[in-house]
Amino acid sequence: MSKKYDVLVIGGGNAALCAAIAARRGGASVVVLEGAPKFYRGGNTRHTRNMRCAHDAATEILTGPYTEEEFWKDLLLVTGGQTDEELARHMIRESKDILNWIVEQGVRWQPSLGGTLSLGRTNSFFLGGGRAMLNALYLTAEQLGVEIHYDAEVTDLVIEDGMFLAARLKRPIDGANEIRATSLVAAAGGFEANIEWLKEYWGDAADNFLIRGTPYNRGSILKMLLAKGVQDVGDPTQCHAVAIDARAPKFDGGIITRHDSVVFGIVVNKHAQRFYDEGEDIWPKRYAIWGRLVAAQPDQIAYIIFDSTVVTSFMPTLFPPIAGQTVAELAGKLDLDPAALEKTVADFNAAVRPGIFDHTILDDCRTEGITPPKTHWARRIETPPYLAYPVRPGITFTYLGTRVTREARMLMKDGKPSANMFAAGEIMAGNVLGKGYAAGMGMTIGSVFGRIAGREAAKHARN
Amino acid sequence: MHGTRILDEADRLMTVCNSCRYCEGLCAVFPAMEMRRAFSDGDLNYLAHLCHACGACYVDCQFSPPHEFNVNVPKTLAVARAESYAAYAWPRALSGVFARNGLVISLMAALSMAAFILGFAAAHDRDVLFGVHTGPGAFYKLMPHNAMAALFGAALLYAILALVMSVRTFWRDIGAPIGGRADSGSIFQAIRDAGELRYLHGGGVGCYNEDDRPTDRRKLYHHLTFYGFLLCFAATCVGTLYHYLLGREAPYPWWDLPVVLGTLGGIGLVVGPIGLFAARMQRDSELLDEGRYGMDVGFIAMVFLNGITGLALLSLRETAAMGPLLALHLGAVFALFITMPYGKFVHGIYRFTALVRYAQERRSAS
Ligand SMILES: Cc1cc2nc3c(=O)[nH]c(=O)nc-3n(C[C@H](O)[C@H](O)[C@H](O)COP(=O)(O)OP(=O)(O)OC[C@H]3O[C@@H](n4cnc5c(N)ncnc54)[C@H](O)[C@@H]3O)c2cc1C
Ligand code: SF4
Ligand code: SF4
Repeated sequence: MSKKYDVLVIGGGNAALCAAIAARRGGASVVVLEGAPKFYRGGNTRHTRNMRCAHDAATEILTGPYTEEEFWKDLLLVTGGQTDEELARHMIRESKDILNWIVEQGVRWQPSLGGTLSLGRTNSFFLGGGRAMLNALYLTAEQLGVEIHYDAEVTDLVIEDGMFLAARLKRPIDGANEIRATSLVAAAGGFEANIEWLKEYWGDAADNFLIRGTPYNRGSILKMLLAKGVQDVGDPTQCHAVAIDARAPKFDGGIITRHDSVVFGIVVNKHAQRFYDEGEDIWPKRYAIWGRLVAAQPDQIAYIIFDSTVVTSFMPTLFPPIAGQTVAELAGKLDLDPAALEKTVADFNAAVRPGIFDHTILDDCRTEGITPPKTHWARRIETPPYLAYPVRPGITFTYLGTRVTREARMLMKDGKPSANMFAAGEIMAGNVLGKGYAAGMGMTIGSVFGRIAGREAAKHARN
Repeated sequence: MHGTRILDEADRLMTVCNSCRYCEGLCAVFPAMEMRRAFSDGDLNYLAHLCHACGACYVDCQFSPPHEFNVNVPKTLAVARAESYAAYAWPRALSGVFARNGLVISLMAALSMAAFILGFAAAHDRDVLFGVHTGPGAFYKLMPHNAMAALFGAALLYAILALVMSVRTFWRDIGAPIGGRADSGSIFQAIRDAGELRYLHGGGVGCYNEDDRPTDRRKLYHHLTFYGFLLCFAATCVGTLYHYLLGREAPYPWWDLPVVLGTLGGIGLVVGPIGLFAARMQRDSELLDEGRYGMDVGFIAMVFLNGITGLALLSLRETAAMGPLLALHLGAVFALFITMPYGKFVHGIYRFTALVRYAQERRSAS
């Protein structure tokens, strides 16, 4: 037995809900299949906080204009040019309208509090965070009559010649174990929670990765689509990865396990050796590179070492720092060789040159005569207690995805657009993000392409 | 380590929230938390009293149960709040009353009412108690005005004394400088925040109750109860002024100010508590401090009793039921007064104090 709808949306995060709402507003009958149980609905979107949109003037929530051109330049910078310019510019243009559209769907922005992050000009913050914004989207979708199912994992897709026919379910819904639809929107996220798949590119190192978000993004839909003739995009080893506390849970630890203390200290590996310039660049770049750097270290572990003078300079942390009255005592607690750590700290301290410390700019506090150098914010580590955070690579999301057109329509391997398959969000983020990341872009990609995919899917279904 | 287990849990949660901060736009709790890195008992009690239990941060939190971080701010702060009432009670010997609050309140109410009825009956013959009394001074056929004023004045003064003493301890504990005074700007700000229940709105959409839809009318019911109480209080004050300044004796005609105020207030005191009770019964148990059922419901019932006996007295005051109803109403009012410092009523006082502190902190931060 099977049921038929105009539009089937697979996934339950921001991209999926934007697509479902847009399709429903476009007059289609819509069903959303979310693989996770209700509490975990919304994948990684649950953990988000803000969204980056272009805008021409300051608003109640944003402190200044952020032009399309400036957005484009930022994107060019972080991706090093690895982006589909036409698609990216299209997304940036559409992002202007999304700021208001998303509010019309019930999502509320937080008035700028001048608080935690220096993103008040470029990024809008969801009032109450990503789960609050999801709750609003779900409420709107339900009120519009979108049919939503939880615990509804899709296990197979029936696709013929680039044409979607039906989705098979792990568990029957209303007695049906297959759902047919005139159009498909795939918005099922990346494959970051699939360690086996990550291992294909990272080897055994992936066993030591922590997954910051949902355990439900296993990339099964992406895999099926690629296997059935959809063209892929993006480098499978590229992803958004940051260094997070090694004590964090394997999955779903969210935002609160991050550390932004790197610039205030030094980072050593399990041999108590430094391996990269901790003062290379300011946030957010410094934040996004450390996941990869730690992934390249033995056993994928590293330690941020600092002293008691800087503990109030960064955000309070979930896990307290590990402390020792001497460097050797700290080393003992971290299972590092005390002599080696003492030497690393002593060498570093000896190399520090005087300067005027200012962590908001690339200041002149630097080292001389050691490798790697610390080019900014270098200050001696000498005031006990000595402190440390153990860190591991924390994977946020992956970039390998399905290639799409401006209409969010999937492209097949033969270069032809699919008749009725659309993709939005993380599953196609690689079109825009070849590598690198700028805060808030995950939500932009999801909302912009979600809305387009929904609209186009409904249009196709009505024809 | 803190004084109690619930404060340990509150500390754990505030550490989680402080490294997250997604909720900072929802209410005063989170911005106040962000001004601190470590939390003393007093800090946690302060934060607990800033919380209006709107539920938004629970519904919006990516770490609420079943997530292993198990973050439930509204419930934890509700328990901490309730425990702090006892901790700050004056005199200390009576702090135990909070533990059996529901029972104590109902006993007090029943005893006071019985005492007034028996008192009336003993002081007069049956004919006076069940007689029809009309016109000015009718109430005082049952109890002389001066006796009434002395009895209620004493009860009220005691309540005020006990509350002032408790709040003093609280004010010191939440980190206000010893002898420090709240400036008038902060007090004015707090009056506005408390008066409009600014933070009982889930960040703007309303309050959460039985599920994740912000449909709760608790703010409305709370307004009805609170302003109903104020109107009744105003009615009493105006009546007292009439009596002493103008020499006009109760009962007054229906269109006269004390009666109009009292009637409106009485309606608030009946509708408000019913709404609050219904909301409490529907509320998601994950958001509720179940252990305090007696205290919450005892207080709601007490307020309701005051409202309903007042309205009944008003509508039947020209019949033979006047005597018994007057006794019941006075008994209810008396019980409300003397249990005030030991029941849910105190939450308003502490909350207001916390809001003053918050306004002060905001002013000095900006
Ligand atoms: C801790 C953290 C913080 C972040 N902060 C931000 C931020 O502030 N701003 C920002 O822009 N981005 C942020 N991101 C990135 C952002 O979360 C993602 O870019 C975004 O959530 C992608 O949205 P999506 O809808 O494509 O995928 P998701 O929100 O991950 O949704 C994918 C959905 O697909 C479902 N699914 C998967 N497989 C199946 C299947 N087989 N059948 C049915 N359903 C399936 C999942 O259950 C899930 O609901 C953050 C990510 C993390 C982890
Ligand atoms: S309640 Fe949850 S979402 Fe809100 S600040 Fe605390 S941890 Fe973050
Ligand atoms: S007032 Fe509401 S949002 Fe604030 S802490 Fe209490 S329950 Fe959470």
